[in-house]
Amino acid sequence: MIIFSILAAVAVFSAVMVITRKSPISSAIYLIVLMCSLAGLFALQGAFFIAALQVIVYAGAIMVLFIFVIMLINLRDNDFGIDKRKIQKYLGFIFAAVILLQAVFITGWAMKEFSNETESAMSSEFYQSPVDSLDQEDYLSAESVAENLFMRFAYPFEVTSILLLAAIIGAFVIARKSDPIDDEGEET
Amino acid sequence: MIVESILIILKVVVIFAALMTGVAYSTYFERKVVAFIQHRIGPNMTGPFGLLQPIADAIKLLFKETFIPNMSDRFLFTIAPMISFVAACMTLAVIPVGDWLNIGGQRIQLIISDLNVGILYILAVTSLGIYGIILAGWSSNSKYSLLGGLRSSAQMISYEVSIGLGIVGVLMLSQTFSISEIVRQQSGSIFNWYFFKQPVAFFIYFISALAETNRNPFDLPEAESELVAGYHTEYAGMRFSIFFMGEYANMITVSAIASSLFFGGWNGPFLPPVIWFVIKVIMFMFIFIWIRGTLPRFRYDQLMRFGWLILFPLGILNILITALILVL
Repeated sequence: MIIFSILAAVAVFSAVMVITRKSPISSAIYLIVLMCSLAGLFALQGAFFIAALQVIVYAGAIMVLFIFVIMLINLRDNDFGIDKRKIQKYLGFIFAAVILLQAVFITGWAMKEFSNETESAMSSEFYQSPVDSLDQEDYLSAESVAENLFMRFAYPFEVTSILLLAAIIGAFVIARKSDPIDDEGEET
Repeated sequence: MIVESILIILKVVVIFAALMTGVAYSTYFERKVVAFIQHRIGPNMTGPFGLLQPIADAIKLLFKETFIPNMSDRFLFTIAPMISFVAACMTLAVIPVGDWLNIGGQRIQLIISDLNVGILYILAVTSLGIYGIILAGWSSNSKYSLLGGLRSSAQMISYEVSIGLGIVGVLMLSQTFSISEIVRQQSGSIFNWYFFKQPVAFFIYFISALAETNRNPFDLPEAESELVAGYHTEYAGMRFSIFFMGEYANMITVSAIASSLFFGGWNGPFLPPVIWFVIKVIMFMFIFIWIRGTLPRFRYDQLMRFGWLILFPLGILNILITALILVL
């Protein structure tokens, strides 16, 4: 429980720092800290597989690319300037609130659904100490993740990959237009 | 409970001390072997056979002036070598140096933490180690450092994919992520080693590991003729030596992983398991140094092309073939 609080505090703190820091590189670094503490939270609940994936995919791969891009275009603190369009600020708050509400509802719904499915094993297990829940955690193992991802949700998974492919091609086209002699290693 | 905690702390201390000694003496080993390859003698003045050379080097580096370049990010500049060093050391926590051991009625497993996702943990920690290099390159505020950092991080990201693909070949056969379990599966005869079942996976892993540790022939981040010293150009004294130690610690952990996954880890006849493990690791270190002594450096575009157009498809092909054989 103590470790949980520390990790949660670190996560919230670094999340706030991500959106308040002026220099993009320190934002990115706080985002890495956030990812790592999230991974710690996953591991505390016995989901070691998810925790490892969290670090490998987010902290290890995606954030490296982020930092890469920041370093390459060499953004400095004052490159952003102050945004004068006030309306966007207020709209931003509204959208943030909407997304927060959605997240709360969806999580609540998913929890209910899930606990119906596993006969409320989840909700009680969620707050148990990690040691107790270790041996009964087969729904968080690699097998069950793979089964859900590649059997149950195979169709959404494939659709997402096509979406990502489209995004990559889009990014490629944009990069090409601005700089035709750019090397092709960019998208990797 | 208290006994267990003390045991864990003891294990950490012993393995860390062994790693540090290994790091110190692998610099000596490397200089001696390279000297032998080049018909020189190598360090031989400090102590018998020059054996005190690493200690002398360490003392020299400790007392050197540390220096932070002007206009650099002080915090990141200081923390970058620590990140790469800590990441290199953390990997060793899930590598078993031996099987269960009975000492005075206490069963001790010779591994710091037998995680059931051990291999994924290794991949995660090594991917975090890249940040040390990237941040060092960026925070030094020097063009050589920045280019070196960019190069090496691009290289490490590319080859990390191949490392993963190489390891998947073993995982498909072993059906587990736990390294001690994988080592146990290779006990018995030498032909149970995964090296003989997955030779392609081993070569993919080993080549990628060379690139991942920035060793020759993939040591482009440190190409002196182009980049002075790459990402650690601006580093001196203790901070530089931490980078250096991180690099050697990385070599040791990579060798340890290779010997655990492909060469049966602690398994072997007659000698105690720990000795076998150490022998295998030293053998890999020797191969690392041997390659350094004999092969020239790749060009950067060749390196990237090799990684993405040869190793990567080869890794996928290996997985496909393994899957086919497993299914049939």
